[in-house]
Amino acid sequence: MFKFTLRRLFFAVPTLLVISFVIFALLDLAPNNPTGDLPLTIPPEVREQIRAALGLDQPFLIRYLRWLHQFFINEPLNILEQITGWQFGDGHRLRVLSWATRSPVVDLVVQRMPQTLWVVGLSYLFGVLLAIPIGVLSAYKQYSIFDQIGTFISMVGYSVPTFFTGVLLIVVFSSYLHWFPSVYDTNLRVTDWSSLMAQIKQMFLPVMVLTLYNVSHISRFVRASMLDNLHQDYVRTARAKGVKEKTVLLVHVLRNSLIPVVTVIALGVPTIFSGAIITEQVFRVNGLGQLLIVAVQGGDIPMVQTLTFIFAVLIVLFNLIADVLYGILDPRIRYD
Amino acid sequence: MTDVAAIPSTVSTTPPRSLMAATWRQFRAHRGGFAGLIVFVAILLIVFIGPLIHSVDPNKIDIRAKNQGPSLLHPFGTDNLGHDMLAQVMAGGRISLAVGITAMLLALFLGTLVGVTSGYFRRLDGPLMRLTDLFLALPLLPLLLVIIMLFRDTLRSYFGPETGIFILIVFVIGVTSWMHTARIVRGDVLAVKRLEFVMAAKSSGMREYRIILKHILPNVMSSIMVSATLGIASAIITESALSFLGLGFPSDFPTWGRLLFDGASFLQITPSRVLWPGLAISLTVLSVNYLGDAVRDALDPRMLKS
Repeated sequence: MFKFTLRRLFFAVPTLLVISFVIFALLDLAPNNPTGDLPLTIPPEVREQIRAALGLDQPFLIRYLRWLHQFFINEPLNILEQITGWQFGDGHRLRVLSWATRSPVVDLVVQRMPQTLWVVGLSYLFGVLLAIPIGVLSAYKQYSIFDQIGTFISMVGYSVPTFFTGVLLIVVFSSYLHWFPSVYDTNLRVTDWSSLMAQIKQMFLPVMVLTLYNVSHISRFVRASMLDNLHQDYVRTARAKGVKEKTVLLVHVLRNSLIPVVTVIALGVPTIFSGAIITEQVFRVNGLGQLLIVAVQGGDIPMVQTLTFIFAVLIVLFNLIADVLYGILDPRIRYD
Repeated sequence: MTDVAAIPSTVSTTPPRSLMAATWRQFRAHRGGFAGLIVFVAILLIVFIGPLIHSVDPNKIDIRAKNQGPSLLHPFGTDNLGHDMLAQVMAGGRISLAVGITAMLLALFLGTLVGVTSGYFRRLDGPLMRLTDLFLALPLLPLLLVIIMLFRDTLRSYFGPETGIFILIVFVIGVTSWMHTARIVRGDVLAVKRLEFVMAAKSSGMREYRIILKHILPNVMSSIMVSATLGIASAIITESALSFLGLGFPSDFPTWGRLLFDGASFLQITPSRVLWPGLAISLTVLSVNYLGDAVRDALDPRMLKS
């Protein structure tokens, strides 16, 4: 298992390098000029200086290598310095700078991360916690009314796009009922009871939208996996030797059914981040997704490059986690 | 179902023998799938035949009749420029469905091509599957946004604003959603390749491409069909998500996602502007998903009752 993990880790490095190259090449090959939006009155030599200041006067490969160096060596060293207080070298390292704000991209990402993590993380947690009991009950009482309604709702939740549920909830709960605010206020500091309530209130709608989507997504897998296991021989054996029904269901069947579900949950984490791009746009949460959209619209290439690459790292990482978890949880799977 | 009885069979009580009839019977038994088919056909009819009945130009601006509620003249009301919403939703549906279906066909073609070649030719299997893994690891939504932002203007100047963006979006969605089809088709091809009739065809000197077209493809058709139905749904969702983020079609060339995006700014005045396009997207995707479920069940030989 350890050898397999190491091998996969080694394989992840070239994958990530290729992905970063693809993203970089795509952004570079695009017929779009970062200085194109500047006024035409700027003389050509100044324009050249602007391009040089952005680092655009160098050949493609050099710029790519510089980005790699900045992202993989300088930024981790900076983070290490901040955490430990140690000093590496003279502390003056080139960092990936955003063209729009001229501040380091990683700092902006660190600023935006908490909002996204709170909304996405909570909704994923609620999604998993709700999906497992719903899936178990629906499979155990297959074709019952609960199962019929549950399957229908999960199909609806799976099909209705989050940008529609989000807008619909805003219409109902913000416009008509005035229960929850429709815009997320990031400046809110939780200091006392009333600000905590305000925070919960403003998080309610975005979290609910994403939770609905996650529940319907995961509960379908839980139900299918439970159904696969419920008709296996070991369940009949357990019942025949007089094990209590509750134990059969919750210990024998559930434990075996959760193996594929755990991998589905792990694989779903990166997709959830990209789903949050849309939800953040609906509720005006200024998280990572919103940062990306603004960067895309403003043509802020280093920002887009770094953010897209961070998303790619998440995907590769969670694929790896899912594979390794599957191997650990299911003794029938042996990779070596 | 009545024409099946005409087929002579040894025992009159046996169910239909032909595969198509059995599949259809299995499909009919799936109530959700059948309902999905009816709803999907109804949406297609409304969107394509509806404009003949409700013949209002979707782009006609009537500023005096702006932000109206539903009336006999404008059943879905009007927007802030006096566009008739029903006509807009129908026009948007034509584009959304066209994008969904074309993108699905492109993704299906690419997926089948990659799947069949990597399943059939062992030498290409490794590289092609690594390529598939690589595409699966790409963060799709951010990349779609980036590609559209960067190439939108160039394509617009080449093909005109409408065709340019249509080509771009269909191409981009198709190119980024073939991977699941490729994996499923490859698995099926690997299984079919070992069967005896393929060996027989090979030993009788049949050309490779004829074996693939005549023997392999018909046998992996069922999984291609399932990916096709589910592909339409995801293509429609992706297109509306892009339009919703303001990076899809322009406003004068509305799709359901774009209508929803434009309507979201007028939530307080005319909430129905959000409701109708959103409902249309949701109903289409829901019906197509049910359809896909039913097709999968109907084509699954394990589910086929004799």
